[in-house]
Amino acid sequence: MKKISTPYLLLIPGMGFLFTFFLLPLINLAQTSTQTPVGGGDTGQYEQTLRFANYIDAFVENKEQFGRSFLYATIATILALAIAYPLAYAIAFKGGKYKNIMLVLVVAPFFTSFLLRTIAWKQILGEEGFVVPTLRTFGIISESTTLTSSAFAVVAGMTYNFLPFMTLPLYASIDRIDPRTLEASGDLYANGFTTFRKVTLPLSMPGVVAGTLLTFIPAAGDYVNAAILGSPQTKMLGNVIESRYFKIVDYPTAAVLSFTLMAAILILVTVYVRKAGTEELV
Amino acid sequence: MKQISRWFQRNLIRVYAVFAFTYLFIPVAYTFAFSFNDSGKSNLVWKGFTLSNWQNPCGAPEVCTALGNSIKIGFLATLFSTILGTMIAFALGRHKFKGRSTTNLLIFLPMATPEIVLGASLLSLFLVFQINPGFWPTVIAHVLFCMSFVVVTVKARIASLDPRLEQAAMDLYANERETFRRVTLPLVAPGIAAAALLAFSLSFDDFIITNFNSGTMTTFPKFVYTSAARGIPAQANVIGSAMFFLALAIVIIGQFVGRKRKVS
Repeated sequence: MKKISTPYLLLIPGMGFLFTFFLLPLINLAQTSTQTPVGGGDTGQYEQTLRFANYIDAFVENKEQFGRSFLYATIATILALAIAYPLAYAIAFKGGKYKNIMLVLVVAPFFTSFLLRTIAWKQILGEEGFVVPTLRTFGIISESTTLTSSAFAVVAGMTYNFLPFMTLPLYASIDRIDPRTLEASGDLYANGFTTFRKVTLPLSMPGVVAGTLLTFIPAAGDYVNAAILGSPQTKMLGNVIESRYFKIVDYPTAAVLSFTLMAAILILVTVYVRKAGTEELV
Repeated sequence: MKQISRWFQRNLIRVYAVFAFTYLFIPVAYTFAFSFNDSGKSNLVWKGFTLSNWQNPCGAPEVCTALGNSIKIGFLATLFSTILGTMIAFALGRHKFKGRSTTNLLIFLPMATPEIVLGASLLSLFLVFQINPGFWPTVIAHVLFCMSFVVVTVKARIASLDPRLEQAAMDLYANERETFRRVTLPLVAPGIAAAALLAFSLSFDDFIITNFNSGTMTTFPKFVYTSAARGIPAQANVIGSAMFFLALAIVIIGQFVGRKRKVS
């Protein structure tokens, strides 16, 4: 009798918490998403009318931001993967006794608030920073080109901010690769590139999948980078949700957008994980 | 010349790592440097070196209130999420039971949900029950997103334990409770510590969920965000840099203690 009940006793508090503060809010969000304003009521007052057309309206109105969120997040994820893979590889195979210290260094920038770091980038790349004048002096960019307030800056900011989320899972799975498998591949006359493509990369796939997910998901819902480094032309879905909540007090539209974002991400993640073939992750 | 190119080929990946770390640390170095700026109100342009920001870190209005709130919330969120998450991790890592895959899914979902959705949905729940956003709603929100990370971290540690150690304890006539207290728990403890550190840093640095659920209360990230428009006081740079060095010190001491224990 005792054997059966132990796991449930351990689970009840945490699961109860998740039910109350994760599932209930989502159900509530779904309900809010089909509400309409009370006729003649104050702003911010809504009633349930099961208006599913809210979804179509919100999507049509914000399809640009939708597209941008997924486009920026995809580019940032690919860039982060390209930057983080060699880094994780270097730590795992060349780190030696400095491995742990290098890992700490990957996480260390986290502790300076990410907002401070994002604003630091804004100032470094901004008009008063030293990068833009230098590039202009050498004629690399024209007098009118700016680096901040652009899609470039937003994507660069996201790439930077989510880099540790990409590096750590990559490191974890590259570190597990037995170096002898790479030697064996060399012994069988594979060159460096073939060894990478046929041995290293497949063996590190779980890390690639976990890293891309941990980068893509927060990037798709992010609005801080777009708010600090972007311009009105680079608004993402997160910016719309935020302003619907706080500035316009349009809860149904905010709920519709949040719900759609979450659903889109879940579908993408499921398809991606199936394709990448590491189902044990979920 | 040939030697140089050969050295370069052999160490290409190391050279790359140096560049990658430089990239990671540029904004940190910038933040640190500008904590010494004699900046007055807005810390945008270098105006001269001063130590006064470090001597008086609470000099800017509200900055230390915000920091205090962040630390309080961080501690509470770490405490609750570590306890709840560790319990779930033990259930998942040590027991077979009905509903396991559902539990796994429910743990994974909050991590697969963008913060803005977590924050927005939680806020609408609080509004329905007419709970005003503020300190405790923020703590609840932080426990929510930290918990899954704790479960994953502790579960990984439990999975990597050698089951023979526990069997050995049992063979030496330790009962279940004693085995847990004297063998299992000490072995899992580093995982729990790592999870708690992760939870605290996630909570301390969180902005999006906090912004939705904190109402008028400020936290350190919120302070930075709202003051960004009119220029961040250099005191914020002081606090950011101090946190960086403090965390680095804690991690390095932790590593040191861990290594010593392994040796003895």
